[in-house]
Formats: sequence, structure tokens, C-alpha cells
Amino acid sequence: MSLSAKDKLAVKTFFDKVASKAEDIGSEALARTLFVYPQTKTYFSHWADLSPGSPQVKKHGLTVMNGVLSAVGMMDDLKGGLLTLSELHAFMLRIDPANFKIINHNLLVVLSLMFPEDFTAEVHVSVDKFLAQVSLSLSEKYR
Amino acid sequence: MVEWTAEERAAIQGVFNKLDYESVGRESLTRCLVVYPWTRRYFGGFGNLFNAEAIMANPKVAAHGIVVLQGLEKALKNMDDIKNTYASLSEFHSVKLQVDPVNFQLLSDCLTVVIATRLRTEFTPDVQAAWQKFLAVVVSALSRQYH
Repeated sequence: MSLSAKDKLAVKTFFDKVASKAEDIGSEALARTLFVYPQTKTYFSHWADLSPGSPQVKKHGLTVMNGVLSAVGMMDDLKGGLLTLSELHAFMLRIDPANFKIINHNLLVVLSLMFPEDFTAEVHVSVDKFLAQVSLSLSEKYR
Repeated sequence: MVEWTAEERAAIQGVFNKLDYESVGRESLTRCLVVYPWTRRYFGGFGNLFNAEAIMANPKVAAHGIVVLQGLEKALKNMDDIKNTYASLSEFHSVKLQVDPVNFQLLSDCLTVVIATRLRTEFTPDVQAAWQKFLAVVVSALSRQYH
């Protein structure tokens, strides 16, 4: 399910528009991941505070969202562009790839509640495809 | 037996109170058919489903969206026994409609996204958690009678 030219344009246009809210989007999506899917908390046992407003969640949410935004610029070669990040996730973080689907879902939920008019069905399908491709590329070095 | 806290019941009822079945039903089904186009396989008799505009304007999609939400309302009204409430619906989806149960999750996710656009900041993490728990029980009950 690779990205068509139409998908890439939809993704780029939408994320250019929402990029200024990166911290809000990322931290809210991460907060919901930890809250709605408590099994994800197992990856953050080293954090003092896992609650939605915590400084660690905010900071890390921004890190994740910045990763997504940089992937927007790599759509012509996501696998190549995300190689280093994939190595990080595969060898250092060792996050089970099943969790990529979870954070993607929460990104969609947050994007829809924050940008209901822009997040149309057509934008939704392109962003969903994009996030799936990002997850696939992040999983590349796992085995 | 699924245990529901008072807060979860209130959150789920709260979501339903704000749902315009016609609008949310139509948009959820539309998104499902647009975001996961292979789901159109189940709607051969619906006419024009070729693109997002056509799907959104399709009267059969609109009508069916309402049917789906009315089905969910049944689960809301029988929250302490969704499994049995849905036994015949599950059989129907399995034997007559022959829908792959994977699709229940796809439609659930689209419904959640649409509700987020309607409720916005009212769709807090707690409300989302309760709502998704409700949908998970519904999906499980619908998938139960498959053999």
C-alpha cells in the first residue's frame, strides 16, 4: 500500500499546516497511548510521571512528533531516511512493532479532534497510509 | 462478565447523548469505505462508491450508518450482557453477511475518529478509554459466533 503522488501531496499539505502544533499533537497522542493502552507504560518504567500533563510526556511527545514531521520530508525514500531511527528502535529501544499501530491510532484521534475540518476522509486515508509506511520503515532493522 | 465503573457508564452514555446518528453514522461508514477501500466488497448493492464524494452522498451509505448506530445503541442499553444481546447479530454477520471480523475493528476505529471530530476536547483520554473499551466488547461479541 505505497504512497501515491496524491497521498504525498495530501500528507505534506496537511502536516505543513499543523506542524506549529507539534508539541500539542505529539504529547496528547503519547498521553492517550499511555492512558488508553496501559501496556505501553512498560516501556517507560524509568519515568517518574506518566500522567498526561507531565513534562516527560510533553518532551517525548514532541520528540516523536518531530520524527513524524521529518518523515514527511522523506516520503520518496522512507526506508532509507529512517534507517538510523529504525536501528534505534530495533536495537536500543526494542519497542515491539505492534505498538506503532497504537501510537498511529492515537495520532489520528488527536489530529481529528484538533483539526476536524482539515482532517477529511481523503486526508485521513493518506495520513493513515503514511503512518503505516513510517511504521514499516521503523521496523526494518528488527530482524 | 465485563465490569463497568460508574464513570465508564457515564462516559459512554455521555458520548451517545451527543451523537447525531445520521451525521456520525454516515461519516463513519464513509471513512471506513474511503480509508479501507477493500471494505467496499461488502456493499456491492450500494451503487456508486467510487470516490469519497460519491460515498458521502450515497443515500444507502447514510441509511446504513444509522442502522449501525442503532445496533450500537442496543449494546448501550444492555451493557451488562452485550455478549448475549449480540448473539444473533453475530450469527447474522458470520453466516448471512459473511463479514471478516477484522472489519469490525476497522469500522470501530473510524467511528472513534469521527466522534473525536465532534466532541473535540470533550473526548478526553478517560472518555476515549471508556469508549474504546465499549467498542472492544462490541467487537468481541460480534466476532463470537463465527465458526
